[in-house]
Amino acid sequence: MSDADPQTRRNAPALSLHVPEPAYRPGDTPDFSSIPVPPAGDAPRPDTAAPARDTFPLTDALVRVLDEDGRAVGPWDPKLDPDTLRKMLRDMVTVRVFDDRMYRAQRQGKTSFYMKCTGEEAIAVAAAAATHRDDMHFPTYRQQGLLVSRGYPLTDMMCQIYSNRGDKLQGRQLPIMYSDKPHGFFSISGNLGTQYPQAVGWAMASAIKGDSRIAMGWIGDGATAEGDFHSAMTFAAVYTAPVILAVVNNQWAISSFSGIAGAEKATFAARAVGYGIAGLRVDGNDALAVYAAVEWAAERARGNAGPTLLEFFTYRAEGHSTSDDPTGYRPAGEAQQWPLGDPIARLRQHLVALGEWNDERHDALVKEADAAVRSAQKEAEKLGILPEQGRENIQSMFEDVFAEVPWHIAEQRDQCLKEAGL
Amino acid sequence: MATMNMIEAINSAHRVMMARDPDVVVFGEDVGYFGGVFRATAGLQEQFGKQRCFDAPISEGGIVGTAVGMAAYGLKPLIEIQFADYIYPGYDQIVSEVARMRYRTAGEWTMPMVIRSPYGGGIFGGQTHSQSPEALFTHVAGLKVVIPSTPYDAKGLLIAAIEDPDPVVFFEPKRIYNGPFDGHHDRPVTPWAKRPEAQVPDDHYTVPLGKARIAREGAELTVLTYGTMVHVAIAAAEDNGVDAEVIDLRTLVPLDLPAIEASVKKTGRGLVVQEATRTSGFASELVALVQERCFYHLEAPVERVTGWDTPYPHAYEWAYFPGPKRLKMALEKVMAD
Repeated sequence: MSDADPQTRRNAPALSLHVPEPAYRPGDTPDFSSIPVPPAGDAPRPDTAAPARDTFPLTDALVRVLDEDGRAVGPWDPKLDPDTLRKMLRDMVTVRVFDDRMYRAQRQGKTSFYMKCTGEEAIAVAAAAATHRDDMHFPTYRQQGLLVSRGYPLTDMMCQIYSNRGDKLQGRQLPIMYSDKPHGFFSISGNLGTQYPQAVGWAMASAIKGDSRIAMGWIGDGATAEGDFHSAMTFAAVYTAPVILAVVNNQWAISSFSGIAGAEKATFAARAVGYGIAGLRVDGNDALAVYAAVEWAAERARGNAGPTLLEFFTYRAEGHSTSDDPTGYRPAGEAQQWPLGDPIARLRQHLVALGEWNDERHDALVKEADAAVRSAQKEAEKLGILPEQGRENIQSMFEDVFAEVPWHIAEQRDQCLKEAGL
Repeated sequence: MATMNMIEAINSAHRVMMARDPDVVVFGEDVGYFGGVFRATAGLQEQFGKQRCFDAPISEGGIVGTAVGMAAYGLKPLIEIQFADYIYPGYDQIVSEVARMRYRTAGEWTMPMVIRSPYGGGIFGGQTHSQSPEALFTHVAGLKVVIPSTPYDAKGLLIAAIEDPDPVVFFEPKRIYNGPFDGHHDRPVTPWAKRPEAQVPDDHYTVPLGKARIAREGAELTVLTYGTMVHVAIAAAEDNGVDAEVIDLRTLVPLDLPAIEASVKKTGRGLVVQEATRTSGFASELVALVQERCFYHLEAPVERVTGWDTPYPHAYEWAYFPGPKRLKMALEKVMAD
């Protein structure tokens, strides 16, 4: 009797397809009490040169440093000085204020598109603080905190968002797809996941050259489903590449919850186990935990002990982008119910608990950040906003396809200029 | 100067450039210790070490993706995709990343890399080892596409491609990797030693990108072609006593338009030959260009000779392959009009 014989299947149960569904939809009252949140300080900290398998229990745990009272506890406390903590807080506040201003600028019709990282500010800011200034990041579109932390001018960011005369990318890229080599920020693609193997390749090149710089690749929970995630993990493992691979698990990929990327079955950090590389699951709303985890992975990479997969567990508090309305697929109040709290409030509470911060100073910081962002915006808008762009210097759109303009593109340029009456 | 087949010439280009430029790194499936399934990278790991030439996982997306990161770092990746038929998992990285990096960053990041891959049929490779996907790459803004047809050109063009500041997709006609080819699969061939195009200098030289070559001079008709088909076109011209000028394009992007125009305007007749499937092939682009630029010089409609719009069938390889017989029919048609 063959396997295909219908006789053998007559009494078999009918198969059914499981399509994951988030716990709550619009109209529901979200309750995240079933998400395990281990106490801060609970997770052990292996030596940075430890075998990868020593980290495997941590792929199902949660590295947390800040406790409910804002104290830094446990072996992962990076013991940062107050100035560093204040710098991180300032950068996180600046990112949030910047996001709000640019979101509003899009709503005012000054640009086509914007993406906020609200609720995720600690991740990029602390990662920038924990890596060296000359390490190379291969970011997604929600790591604007890297640029802010590294002191990239806010005006330059806005000029890119407006595609205006000050845009170093000459109006060729969608807003927020920044690129800046001097600030260690690789060009953002917009195709999801492509940067992951690129980060590994950069790290391999650094190793080939006997350099000491490392790379850090970034991806979201949704894009871990791309083949590029697998190839990056494979190459990183095979060549012991000096790279940190971060998964920002903010629970949502536009309207698809993380279960559609496989989160029902295993944590994203646990992907590390199958490749035999180190993995850590980290409270992404805890700036100190993020710092400590990146610092750990960086030291490991620099010591030729190999790559680390870091999952930053967080929540996308706002829509995917200005083109998205999350009330269409999730309850309106979810972000407030998120068990890990707000990253800015938590770092602020920590500084207050240390006696290094107070409400007056915080209010002053917010005002300062707001003034800096407004002043940058004023400067940027002097160089134009999107609706005014695309009329001057049309010939520039034919440059940089190749190092030199070949005949066929030159012909098309001339035709385009003629069409524009120039 | 030595007699080299195409594989030896390609291997020689690797050696010359790896010795001259410490930033050239070579990787791909089976290219390291073993030296590649076609032997293009034989001996490189031994000569230059594992840091410069190494095996990659079976992951074309990973090979191209990591090459992007290496180029971003400042290296010059020279990567092998084992068969052009395997390139598709790397296609997103090539199209969305490699091709557009200079443009999307206004020149801040560039991708000086070469993606080598054997293409084409004639070796009984079946449908997954015989394809000619060049049009999938010529259609992409930002890629140079090069296809040599002789050992001399293969080495010179490959060195030029490695030295080029832009990414180059370099397709190698695997039918003429080892033995020469005179267009007929069932007749004896002239050995490499008796062919001037197999006399290859040991040292550095370049054949410039973007320049075609007149492979056979003639006055009655122009054949525009590249790769394996150059040899078929020459055979067809000689078999049929047609005084055809065979232009070996060598570089598809950027194309040597002056060479094409000069020849077609001289002969007044045109035939375009590609091994790839017919619809939306590069031949179609050539026909369009010729009619746009040379219409009033034409005595007859330009004909296309191509592979059929089917997958490459294993047992029917030579019925699929655009051989001298298919060219003969097209030549007669163009000459009769």
